[in-house]
Amino acid sequence: MAKIKGAVVVDTERCKGCNLCVVACPLNVLALTTKEVNKRGYTFAQMVLEDTCIGCASCATVCPDGCISVYKVKQQ
Amino acid sequence: MTKEEIIRPENLVYKKPMLMNDNPMHYCPGCSHGVVHKLIAEVIEEMGMENKTVGVSPVGCAVFAYNYLDIDWEEAAHGRAPALATAIKRLWPNRLVFTYQGDGDLACIGTAETIHALNRGENITIIFINNAIYGMTGGQMAPTTLLGMKTATCPYGRDAAIHGYPLKMTEIAATLEGTAYVTRQSVHSVPAIRKAKKAIRKAFENSMNGKGSNLVEIVSTCNSGWKMTPATANKWMEENMFPFYQLGDLKDKE
Repeated sequence: MAKIKGAVVVDTERCKGCNLCVVACPLNVLALTTKEVNKRGYTFAQMVLEDTCIGCASCATVCPDGCISVYKVKQQ
Repeated sequence: MTKEEIIRPENLVYKKPMLMNDNPMHYCPGCSHGVVHKLIAEVIEEMGMENKTVGVSPVGCAVFAYNYLDIDWEEAAHGRAPALATAIKRLWPNRLVFTYQGDGDLACIGTAETIHALNRGENITIIFINNAIYGMTGGQMAPTTLLGMKTATCPYGRDAAIHGYPLKMTEIAATLEGTAYVTRQSVHSVPAIRKAKKAIRKAFENSMNGKGSNLVEIVSTCNSGWKMTPATANKWMEENMFPFYQLGDLKDKE
């Protein structure tokens, strides 16, 4: 069976750490940083479960700042 | 398969629309304005109207909308965006003209302009962001504030005996002859965002096909004004705003 794998790239300098993508992700792939901040002092979203992502783009759809790009491949 | 192998241009499924530029937005984290900006940019790109769109930005948080979307913009006096849009559309009928207004701009100081522009059936689209509060000036009571809702100027909650009742502009617009499409949407979840995008697309197409004026209300959050986190603000909106401001199409003149 073909397996779908996805990856998320966050523009960390644009991210404001609003947490909406973390809430929207159905598989809890994303989380906010706990110790790191970007140049403007915000915590930012990052992938914590890289193998789980299916590239559904829910996170990117709800992102108010448009800082998420989503990639997806079908593995045979 | 490693992350680097997946991240290749041919595998891209979603990215920020091209019309949205790289300027960092001044909106608070989690503000609904960003999502609506993104939807407008996506719809304009899909319609191929990048060079033929004129937006009219209001006074309010979205006053700097012209910094974020690479289309032509005009800045209107407070509440007068529909009047300015009328002039632009009449002089330039082949342009896609829309206004982007908040509830303080559209439902308070600009009520007359909005109602008359909609009633005349101008071929414009009005995007109405309703977050039930004056966001930019620090969270004062707006005409759309819900009964019992606490703001800076009604700290004990809005009371009908003192402040009157919340104004449903979209219901008023639906009764006017000149309107072609009047709808109320939201952007709190992925399905809602998809529906809102379809509504904006339909409104824009109506205005280009000369069907009349269109009003798309987006029930939004103002998490800073409501003093909540973005996620709790979305939940609060679902529980308190949606029973009063019910989502769906109010008028659709096919």
